[in-house]
Amino acid sequence: MTATIPDVKKSWSSVINTVTIGATVEEGGTRTSAITIGGETTLPVHHFEGEVPHPPVVAVEVWDVPAEDWPDLVKEPFAEVMTDPGAWAKRCVDEYGAQLICLRLAGCDPNGENRSPDEAAKVAKRVLESVGVPLIIWGCGNTDKDNEVFPVVAEAVSGENCLLGTITEDNYKTLTALGTAYHHKLIAESPVDINMAKQVNILALDIGFPPENILIYPSTGALGYGIEYVYSIMQRLRIAGLKGDKVVAMPILCDIGIEVWGVKEAKASEGEVPEWGDARKRGPMWEAATAYVYLLAGADILIMRHPEAVRATKETIARLMGGGGTS
Amino acid sequence: MILIGERINAGFKDIATAIREKNEAPVQTWARKQAQRGADYLDVNIGAASRNPEDMAWLVETVQAAVPTKISVDSTNIKILEAGLEARDGRGALINSTTADPGKLEKLVPLAVKHNASLLGVAMDERGSPPDADRRVENGAMIFMTAVEGGLDPDRIILDPILMPLKFMQEQARHVLETIGQYTNLSDPSPHISVGLSNIASKTTQRSLILRTFLVMAIGQGLDAAICDVMDDELIAAIATAELILNKEIYSDSYVRAFRLKAGASG
Repeated sequence: MTATIPDVKKSWSSVINTVTIGATVEEGGTRTSAITIGGETTLPVHHFEGEVPHPPVVAVEVWDVPAEDWPDLVKEPFAEVMTDPGAWAKRCVDEYGAQLICLRLAGCDPNGENRSPDEAAKVAKRVLESVGVPLIIWGCGNTDKDNEVFPVVAEAVSGENCLLGTITEDNYKTLTALGTAYHHKLIAESPVDINMAKQVNILALDIGFPPENILIYPSTGALGYGIEYVYSIMQRLRIAGLKGDKVVAMPILCDIGIEVWGVKEAKASEGEVPEWGDARKRGPMWEAATAYVYLLAGADILIMRHPEAVRATKETIARLMGGGGTS
Repeated sequence: MILIGERINAGFKDIATAIREKNEAPVQTWARKQAQRGADYLDVNIGAASRNPEDMAWLVETVQAAVPTKISVDSTNIKILEAGLEARDGRGALINSTTADPGKLEKLVPLAVKHNASLLGVAMDERGSPPDADRRVENGAMIFMTAVEGGLDPDRIILDPILMPLKFMQEQARHVLETIGQYTNLSDPSPHISVGLSNIASKTTQRSLILRTFLVMAIGQGLDAAICDVMDDELIAAIATAELILNKEIYSDSYVRAFRLKAGASG
């Protein structure tokens, strides 16, 4: 007797938006390559029932100032270049395979170096000159300061089709206007809250920002730190998007490195917790494992730090997309 | 929720005049207004203004030139339905409507299949309007089965249990609600279920209140489509809220706005 396996294939009525970041010379920018993500017609890795036309990509994080507070283990690969964001970015691309650079303007933080908007713009230009990949520019997180910095930065990188972040429910007007004026894409942030994830999109759409220019950042938690909450939110967003809710049919971005390298499982030395084993392996592994979970939840862009984690994650993506794995 | 905009109908004087005079402006104004408010389909009906299929073709072309919205061709006459379907530029369509009359189904099911259109089936038969839920269910099931057997995808079948004026046939609204619940059991997933909403409030003074109260109750039973006045903001807000309560949509503080945006509306 042969058992028949029921056909569980599902077809979805809608599709996730396709977003391109970076503009090549022909497109009015200076990038040597652009990155396209999204366009999914099914859930992650469900290749048997739909299309995942663009594989997820890995962006590597660069700061405008030396990242003093990073754990030594993750500072080490960038030790000599941390004082020069251009050289730092170049190393990420040339040696570690970064598909995009995420420039975090940490130095603009009023509680830190409090760098000026002009300094930030100069760094952004420097990074663009040093690498050919598209650029994500992430503010320092101080809303007032970001609203001063971004008008200068967004104009300085005009035409490069960058991804700027973040807009939130309480602060979206400035960046949305800049995205429209200088043709950049935006990251819509919400604090692990699906209702607010939807709300911030509605606010941006309501003032005329095109849905195809938005990425959802639902917040990220490291493995062991609420990852399952974010996972379920990403899943619900993706399912709603595939069912036709255009307000949430955006690709999703995860900010992995900054979360992982703040938790003890990744950064504790062997001296501190001997039973956890080799920290050199443990840290990057924690980052790669976190990234893996988010790939399964539907992440389209992963922002990461450690070169070993980046390498492992890119290999995982190739396998999940059907290239390089066993059939 | 599938919203079918009711306004391009020769039952309205401005549309009847526009059809007679071949004046595109009023038709296109209503097409744009309804599309902007999130109509999934625009119902087009030449009604008593004309018996000429060419007028239906003109009306469809006129609407198409203004908006990309799908068309609901509305007539009891098959020649007029055909003319409307053939005038399309390839966009999606709904045939409004057939009844449970075998002679009608024999022609309209193949027509829907041929044009890749959806078919709206009104639960009426040669005996006339159904007096109770049983007759409505019997007729609806008969339409559904005939259409599926004829090769129409179940997703393209919309059943209409027929709404009667509350003021004159008060007991019927309850039968309609009961019927909607029973239609959802006809197949899995359920067929689409629609009503011509305005009927229920005919000649009443609390028109809009009756419309939206009934609609919310019907959505609770499983209704997922309506031919209605999409310009009625309170009606749309009630639909958005009902869908939220049924957990069909993700909550957000601006969920009513989201409902409009989702429908592709810009205004």
